Amino acid sequence: MSLPGYNFAYLDEQTKRMIRRALLKAVAIPGYQVPFASREMPLAYGWGTGGMQVTAAVIGPDDVLKVIDQGADDTTNAVSIRRFFALTAGVRTTERTAEATVIQTRHRIPETPLTAGQILVYQVPQPEPLRKLEPRETETRRMHALADYGLMHVKLYEDIARHGRITLSYDYPVLVNGRHVMSPSPIPSFDNPKMHRSPALQLFGAGREKRIYAVPPYTSVESLAFEDHPFHPWKAEAACGLCGATDSYLDEVVVDDRGGRLFVCSDTDHCATRRARGHRGSAAGHALTRAGG
Amino acid sequence: MSDAPLLAVRELTVRFGRTLAVDRASFELWPGEVLAIVGESGSGKTSLLRAVHGDLPADGGRVHYRLDDGALVALDALPEPVRRQLARTRWGFVHQNPRDGLRMSVSAGGNVGERLMAAGVRHWGRIRAEAVEWLRRVEIDPARIDDAPRTFSGGMQQRLQIARVLVTRPRLVLMDEPTGGLDVSVQARLLDLIRRLVADLGLSALIVTHDLAVARLLADRMLVMQGGRIVEAGLTDQVLDDPQHPYSQLLVSSVLQT
Repeated sequence: MSLPGYNFAYLDEQTKRMIRRALLKAVAIPGYQVPFASREMPLAYGWGTGGMQVTAAVIGPDDVLKVIDQGADDTTNAVSIRRFFALTAGVRTTERTAEATVIQTRHRIPETPLTAGQILVYQVPQPEPLRKLEPRETETRRMHALADYGLMHVKLYEDIARHGRITLSYDYPVLVNGRHVMSPSPIPSFDNPKMHRSPALQLFGAGREKRIYAVPPYTSVESLAFEDHPFHPWKAEAACGLCGATDSYLDEVVVDDRGGRLFVCSDTDHCATRRARGHRGSAAGHALTRAGG
Repeated sequence: MSDAPLLAVRELTVRFGRTLAVDRASFELWPGEVLAIVGESGSGKTSLLRAVHGDLPADGGRVHYRLDDGALVALDALPEPVRRQLARTRWGFVHQNPRDGLRMSVSAGGNVGERLMAAGVRHWGRIRAEAVEWLRRVEIDPARIDDAPRTFSGGMQQRLQIARVLVTRPRLVLMDEPTGGLDVSVQARLLDLIRRLVADLGLSALIVTHDLAVARLLADRMLVMQGGRIVEAGLTDQVLDDPQHPYSQLLVSSVLQT
């Protein structure tokens, strides 16, 4: 079923064991970044090598895989990675969130609530939430070890001082299990509440930075904030032009050169499902939407 | 002053390879007291200060500190989380160069608030109010609270660094040449400010300086260091007016007289 000459899911068994050991450690200490011996993958760093290695280590022949990039199933990266695993592991793939057992994602959490037994694999460019504030790795490790997180709030303080509110709208730092401050990867802050006590297992892989971390099911994930400036997930003030949804995260699409623009669901599966049920947005039937769907 | 020392340093030794930077230094610091360490450049005074603060590993001897509950503990016996907690709440370190003590890309308010946030304060308005209050106390216009320290003059940066350290109301402040690199009129204003804050807050302070005038103005007692050893210790006026050790005599007589 899988490609001749390659092991199941591309990586050799020893490598998968090494990654699984790192994953077990990551699940045991929620939010802690476990170093692992990241391998070269047949695509460039920054395109999801970390997420692919984690997916390769956890996927089995009976799994059903969904891959999304910024919420969409049909972008280049999502299509390529989905085909890669269809080819090397022979697994069934899907675009339906509810049908998938393993979902690899870049920068989004699906709108459909995840259920127990599902695994969400995040592609992470920079696993260290303190990196922009403290460039020394030795120092950030010590800060995590001692839970010395005052600096993280200095960043949020600056945001409020400058703009009157916390303007951070993606990669919004979270406190996991009341102990480790963690980067949720560059998902919009809109998605942060979905991580809190999620029944699904959440795994994070950073290939270039060689780190794996995890949020086990039903773990508390709290977005950092001040008592008098609480966390506020950000979303465009509009409804989806195609399906009319007002509760999903929207992408802004420029449709002509006269300032025309369209807000559409970033989660293509969510949008298509709603349209199939007969929901229609204000721009349904737009010339652009007829071609792609 | 109480009858028990806040800080007791015993036979503290620091080596850099074969060079003996601090040679069995012993002294005590009492609550509310300002102690100056003077000596020429290379005499080991900054090394001694950094070893007391724990930035330099000591090659011998110990530093004992009296905790808030009155227990005298050896600092090297404390676990690191406790030591760090102590360093960012009950102790303060003022660097000679404000760039070493400030976060230059963070606003003045963020700099002052950092220690509060590290201590667990999570109310933005309260942190802000405290920062405004401390800028006022160190004579910086509170309107500049959102400006980055790199837009400040050298004297203002040094005052900001002092505000940042004092915001958690520490008991012990270590200062390394706090007036070094500033011109004379700015120095005088800063000394005045330090003297007032130390008195108002009842701080204990250890001040390293090569400037005897600074010691005269600020310190109750002083230590004279030469070649890594403490050669003379005593009340400031006593040491400056009637130095006993030949090196102290040389140091005092080398000051320009008018």
